[in-house]
Amino acid sequence: MSENSSAEGAAVVQEIVAAFPSGRGSLIPILQEIQRRQGYISPEALKALERLTGISATEAYGVATFYTQFRFTRPGRHKIQVCNGTACHVRGGAQVLEELERRLGISVGQTTPDGQFSLERVACLGCCALSPVVAVDGKVYAGMTPKKVPGVLREYAAQATQSARQEK
Amino acid sequence: MDGLNIRRRMAEERWSALMSGAESVFFVGAATCGMAAGAEAVIDRLERDIARYGLNARVIRAGCLGPCCFEPIMIVRRQGLPECCYGPVDADAAGSILERHVMGGELCPEWSLGVMTAEGYGDIPSFWDHPMMRGQVRRVLVNCGVIDPEDPDHYLARGGYLGLERALGMTPEAVIEEVLASGLRGRGGAGFPTGKKWQFARAAEGSPKYLICNADEGDPGAFMNRSLLEGDPHAVLEGMLIAGYAIGASEGYIYCRAEYPLAIRRLERAIEQMRELGVLGERILGTDFSFDLHIKQGAGAFVCGEETALIASIEGLRGMPRPKPPFPAQRGLWGKPTVIQNVETLGNLPHILRNGAAWFAEVGTPQSRGTKTFALAGKVARTGLIEVPLGTPLRQIVMEIGGGMVSGKAPKAVQTGGPSGGCIPAEKFDLPVDYESLGAAGSIMGSGGMIVLDEDSCMVDIARYFLTFTQQESCGKCVPCRIGTRAMLQLLENISKGQGRPEDLRQLEEIAETVKMGSLCGLGQTAPNPVLTTLRYFRNEYEEHIEKSQCAAFACRKLVWYRIDPDRCKGCGVCLRVCPAEAIEGEKGEPHRIIDEKCIHCGTCVTACPPSSAAIYRESGDLKRIEARRQLASTVS
Repeated sequence: MSENSSAEGAAVVQEIVAAFPSGRGSLIPILQEIQRRQGYISPEALKALERLTGISATEAYGVATFYTQFRFTRPGRHKIQVCNGTACHVRGGAQVLEELERRLGISVGQTTPDGQFSLERVACLGCCALSPVVAVDGKVYAGMTPKKVPGVLREYAAQATQSARQEK
Repeated sequence: MDGLNIRRRMAEERWSALMSGAESVFFVGAATCGMAAGAEAVIDRLERDIARYGLNARVIRAGCLGPCCFEPIMIVRRQGLPECCYGPVDADAAGSILERHVMGGELCPEWSLGVMTAEGYGDIPSFWDHPMMRGQVRRVLVNCGVIDPEDPDHYLARGGYLGLERALGMTPEAVIEEVLASGLRGRGGAGFPTGKKWQFARAAEGSPKYLICNADEGDPGAFMNRSLLEGDPHAVLEGMLIAGYAIGASEGYIYCRAEYPLAIRRLERAIEQMRELGVLGERILGTDFSFDLHIKQGAGAFVCGEETALIASIEGLRGMPRPKPPFPAQRGLWGKPTVIQNVETLGNLPHILRNGAAWFAEVGTPQSRGTKTFALAGKVARTGLIEVPLGTPLRQIVMEIGGGMVSGKAPKAVQTGGPSGGCIPAEKFDLPVDYESLGAAGSIMGSGGMIVLDEDSCMVDIARYFLTFTQQESCGKCVPCRIGTRAMLQLLENISKGQGRPEDLRQLEEIAETVKMGSLCGLGQTAPNPVLTTLRYFRNEYEEHIEKSQCAAFACRKLVWYRIDPDRCKGCGVCLRVCPAEAIEGEKGEPHRIIDEKCIHCGTCVTACPPSSAAIYRESGDLKRIEARRQLASTVS
């Protein structure tokens, strides 16, 4: 992270902390907001949080690592969540996950080298009646099979090239 | 209370205009499940066509009606015709229905699930007579799918906040009496009598007191709470007000998992609306009762469904449980008396207060009164959210409401209660679904997840799946749970790889009992249930895995071998190209062959093989045995 963006990051944390009531009860909501705005919990953010709240960075890190929602590396542009709920499991969710891993060339919890996709496994998205399901950036794909994986990925890869073209 | 009554009269007028006016209405199921099935495309098409034809009609984004398997689903209302429920509909079907039903004035039987009246209409039967709906009693879910969850007038017009009004006219003690008399038990799983919990909290010293709504629906395979929060958020919030009043709380928290963004959005909106209605804040409806609400988002930890862990999480700590007593009703959030209730328990309260304890107790069994919602999923033909009287036999739920197996095969078991529950075998399907019967069968009611398993499900795999989950989610605070779940999982993994030993089963049972007895909280105390019930009812499957390295359901991957039938294989080479392990060989146009030593058992070749050939099949068992069997077969022939 360059010095400039680091300072920017600290300013964002300051803004977030100011928006919540003081007190220990706000720690998790603050961490959630930092992740929502910055995509992940960076060491810089934890240091800024320590200066602003007095909760030590190690303490906050200890809390954050307890919960699966928090991530500590920069996520990809598109977040793929594969449901690992019971209904998805018995209807072949694991095979869908493996196909995604193969197609993307990464394992669960990783981000593709081009920064396009990160792959996560979640406990249950609550769409059990439509299992197995995969969510990309919050959009849920129902009745997934390994065969449908390339089509779903193409939707987002196409988007990426399109927006790159527009930026030019 | 006059302000609310005036508002209710206005709401009733708006509602009756909506129900009988000249404007046509499309209620589209737009809960998370509906959106996943493609409701957005249906809504887009309807809105475009309404504008294109200049129709006096509108689209309402409703919650989930329940039969998720027929989504996208919509109810169409037009003057002069009975309301009709259609599903599944895609954008084109929605366009046709708009033209024929709304513009042409005729029902469309080909997409119809039934008319919403009690009687049928011509050839079209009533929706309530649909095999999935017959046998259901909709109380908690009464508004889901048939109102706009973001319009408080819809809730008000259908009796919303009448329960609160009645409660505020009673003493808190009388409210507790009413709930005690109803026999309502906690719907989160343990089934503790709600009224009793309130008596403890009311009597406890300390101020302020807190009420927490546990919406951390963490059981994989369960979505009852999500549906209710998305489809009828005000009902849950009204329940919180009633509970808060009864125990003397002034503040409430809703602890909702972050994986439910739509539910959170609906709750936030509903809370704003409650302030406008005057049912939240200082001196609610002109009484001395003041109450405020906050939403806390869970951050992804299954153990936070446990009361004391949930409290720790709200306090900004690692979500670890602590020993009880003291119970939260005595010392809970910030050390103050706290009552924690499940979403569905709260959703029952407005009905109990509005209609009385006797009405509530009309359905159910003497020990388990009222209804229960279940998330019916897995291998069953009709999946979705259902609500049935407690005591309904499992068979009715699986075979009638669920319509049997989607595969047409025989059902094998039902898994209830998620990672804390167990598997009930098909021969016990006459079991009534109530707290005691499920407990006696070794499972639990749980919060309402119901995963149906058929012959293609392996019970060792199911046990391994749940243990993987509980082992990962074990917070690590107490030894029996931390070490015990790991040890059980290791044994199960060995068995599912064909490396189990006969003595492993006894060892599994021993560890399971220790974990059950010795764990600190409910997570550990119930974690062995999936193992114990499958060992109790499906021991033969464990033995097959151990003695023959065989998984008859082809679910334990390391025990599955793929074969190419040389008579069917056309040598197209598709499987060879997709095989990630380069374990397939063969010349173009000649039958291919799989090299077992290289095979990683992924099954990609089966999916890739063109249906016209369907040349790849599976075998399970010890390779030597399979080979011996094959040679025997060829000698015989």
